[in-house]
Amino acid sequence: MKRYNQTLPRVIWVCCILICVFFIARTQFVADLSAFMPKNPSERQKVLVDQLRDGAIARLILIGIEGGNQTERADLSKKLATQLRANPTFTGVQNGDEAAREKDGKYFFENRYLLSPRVTAERFSVQGLRLAIADTLDAMAGDAGLLVKQILPRDPTGETLQLIDQFVSENQPRNIDGAWAARDGKRALLLAQIRDSGLNTDAQARALDIIRDAFQQIPERSADTRLVMSGTSVMSVDSRNTIEGEIKRLASISVLLVIGLLLLVYRSPLLVVLGLLPVLTGAMVGMVAVSLVFGHIHGLTLAFGTTLIGESVDYSIYLFIQGAGGARTGNFWRTIRLGVLTSIVGFAALLFSSFPGLAQLGLYSISGLVAAALATRYVLPGLMPKAIDSRTIIKAGDVLLVVFAQAKKLRWALYLLLVVTLGYIVSFDGEVWNRQLSALSPISKNAQQLDMELRNDMGGTNIRYIASFAAADEEAALQQAEHAATLLQPLIDQRIIGGFNSPSFLVPSAASQHARQAAIPDATILRSNLHAALQGLPIKENLLSEFVADAEVARSRAPLTRADLAGTSVAALFDTLLIKRANDFLVLMPLTPSGEGAHGDEIDLDKVTAALQVDNTLQFTVIDLLEETTSVFDGYLREAAILSGLGCLAIAILLLMTSPLALALRIMVSLGCAVLCVVSLFLALGIPLTILHLVGLLLVVAVGSNYALFFNSDVQAQDQATQSKVAFSVLIANLTSVGSFGVLGLSKVPVLSAIGSTVGLGAFLALIFSAILATSTHTASTSKPS
Amino acid sequence: MLNKFARHLMLIKKIALAASISLLTDTAVAQDFGLAELMSLLAQRKSSHATFVERKFLKVLEQPVESSGELEYVAPSLVKKQTLKPKPELLILDGEKLSIESGNKRRKTFNLQDHPEVSTFVTSIRATLSGDLSALENYYAVGLTGSQQQWQLLLTPKQPQLLKLIKQIRIDGTQGFVSTIAFEQADGDRSEMVITSDDGK
Repeated sequence: MKRYNQTLPRVIWVCCILICVFFIARTQFVADLSAFMPKNPSERQKVLVDQLRDGAIARLILIGIEGGNQTERADLSKKLATQLRANPTFTGVQNGDEAAREKDGKYFFENRYLLSPRVTAERFSVQGLRLAIADTLDAMAGDAGLLVKQILPRDPTGETLQLIDQFVSENQPRNIDGAWAARDGKRALLLAQIRDSGLNTDAQARALDIIRDAFQQIPERSADTRLVMSGTSVMSVDSRNTIEGEIKRLASISVLLVIGLLLLVYRSPLLVVLGLLPVLTGAMVGMVAVSLVFGHIHGLTLAFGTTLIGESVDYSIYLFIQGAGGARTGNFWRTIRLGVLTSIVGFAALLFSSFPGLAQLGLYSISGLVAAALATRYVLPGLMPKAIDSRTIIKAGDVLLVVFAQAKKLRWALYLLLVVTLGYIVSFDGEVWNRQLSALSPISKNAQQLDMELRNDMGGTNIRYIASFAAADEEAALQQAEHAATLLQPLIDQRIIGGFNSPSFLVPSAASQHARQAAIPDATILRSNLHAALQGLPIKENLLSEFVADAEVARSRAPLTRADLAGTSVAALFDTLLIKRANDFLVLMPLTPSGEGAHGDEIDLDKVTAALQVDNTLQFTVIDLLEETTSVFDGYLREAAILSGLGCLAIAILLLMTSPLALALRIMVSLGCAVLCVVSLFLALGIPLTILHLVGLLLVVAVGSNYALFFNSDVQAQDQATQSKVAFSVLIANLTSVGSFGVLGLSKVPVLSAIGSTVGLGAFLALIFSAILATSTHTASTSKPS
Repeated sequence: MLNKFARHLMLIKKIALAASISLLTDTAVAQDFGLAELMSLLAQRKSSHATFVERKFLKVLEQPVESSGELEYVAPSLVKKQTLKPKPELLILDGEKLSIESGNKRRKTFNLQDHPEVSTFVTSIRATLSGDLSALENYYAVGLTGSQQQWQLLLTPKQPQLLKLIKQIRIDGTQGFVSTIAFEQADGDRSEMVITSDDGK
């Protein structure tokens, strides 16, 4: 019977491990930025998330060439662009070169009669021509005369001027020696667009390598020239590499640390291996659970989760040490069970997070912890050696008991600390919360700075306001965009917005193009209209023969499509404005602020929305990306606060239900005090709290409760040897947690360091405070001669 | 040391100047009235207000087009050109910022640095008004003829890019006042701006 009892769990365990190995082999591991994106985005956020993750903007790589002199840089820019254009990885590469500029100019000039919204039948009547040409003559007298003069013979009505006006942006990159350059001229600039989706981090990493290699292999490149890159893809790849690197590095350190500590205590490699068994079991089960529910597992989940279920090392520590040299107390498994339950209740709060990374973490920890606890309970006892030498352990534990007995005298200090830290936090008038999303980003400050610089250099890629809508097909999308343009135009005159962009500026709808073609009279009529219109104007009629020919060509050519943009610098722009989605087309019309008045850099979106709602057949969403990003973040923060609060509350209720009131209160006070101290310390150090600190505090309570529980478990019933063992085991268990979380706290990835430092510090304080509050009964029993 | 260097530089410039001017006019006058004197005369004016009439002679047109308006200059770096006819246009050059407003369209502001070709063009006028010889010489070969009473400055672009657009800029003046600015374009078209100061002489 006894034999059967031990064999069955082992068989089940081995089967379980084999099944896990099978699933883990098929698990997809990710380490990109997706953990920072909301899981259930609102319709507005969806536009943002789509664009950040998958949209044309996410596929852009900003490239800078530094060092050398400006001629050298421009030369390298041209060579690099040529290389990359020949590579199918990229859908477009721009560097402001002559060829693209020529193509741009040619596109707008040659297609002016299809592109210009002013092309109507009246404009080609005698009166219309006369007015338009007189207007152009006036423009020739003005400051732009030099330019107007050149286009006059072919474009006497000045359609090109109108089009230029739409496109000349104030902050285009400079052009030095035929290539884009930064404002200060110190950097040549290129823009490359990757063909693959922004979600495919591997493809992005390959594309970045192709760029680096292409740059390295440019012949006769002087050694002091260098390549810098930024953009969503660069950040995704960087953050993945950083996270992966950090996880590997820190995980190895913390594993070594824990093994070292255990070896020191157990002096038996076998026990160390056995001690790690529950953790490994838990990690495997956790991984499988997450990958089955979420489809993949994030690197961060793995890093934290494993550290969290590192708590299960504690169980084996309790088991080995407290069981050393004799039987465990009858309450041992009850205490473990309660500890596991409090942790699970705490972690469960994470399950409801809309931060996908945290939800994964919750599932991973709960399933892992349950598996680890079961392994400790049913597999480990049968495997552990019957006799563990307990003399040194008891000796060390005795010292601890004396220290803890002395600690009792500090009880008043603990209450004082509670009041002081609470007062400090309540009266703190600095920045308590860090509201910036970048605070969570694993991207270094330098990389963020570079990104901002390159974006500024490039100009216009920093889009804040967007009017967007979806349409069934491309033609409908363009027609609606044209309609929206007529509604937005008056807002420019009212200075509510400074301007806007529309895909229909680049490729008008087929309907509009047909209407414009129909408005152009045939050559004979146009010639006679022109003859009449020119009476009294100082232009020789024969000079304008090309105008008539151009109009004739425009009248009969096939309408423009996206294909006509090939090779121009606006092709990529068009793709960011009109986006093909699975079932429909998304149109984004960026709005620029007027730049006038006190809030010149802001747009009153209510007015824009009102203007667009005049026609209720249009389903527009007008978004402020900055506010949207901030509100996503605020939402997370609020949610994290609520979840952490609920988690703590659930743990408190659990303690109250399972333990005597006085005991439950003692545990809560010691944990509460640890939390308050950690928060006060961060604030005093000038570190504003992020979502992850909040989550860290929840974990302090969930993990810390275990120490408090053991300190307080029916101590009166124990003899001194047992008490010594309990004290020692709790200390060792605590040191392993503090050690492994502390190591994460040293990480340069904010996500890791925030939780790591919070939990490491908090868990240690929880132990000390529990000891201080728990000592009264210990002293009572130790004072008895045994 | 510095003084010696400056004198040395001046000498070189005078020689170069004399050489270039001797081709156009008699050297005697130029020696009387040098660039340095002209520049210091110009630099004395801290602000001025004037009206202008600009005529463009363009091959594509049978008769010149004319525009007129007001000019304002405040040393050292603000130039305002307000065209009133035939179409209102406002061009403001303030330091490194160039803003353009035409008709009812929104004002557009550019950074001069971003548009080096415009920059050289505008520099010709501003550097002349402020008497900044070194700024002028950055972009142009500078020639001077005439006397203090009636001088003529000839600016020839140094950069081939600019030379493709403009052959020469001619600036006429009396004492510290500029009276005409004429641009001769590479294709043979030209423009001439006649300036009448409101400040009295």
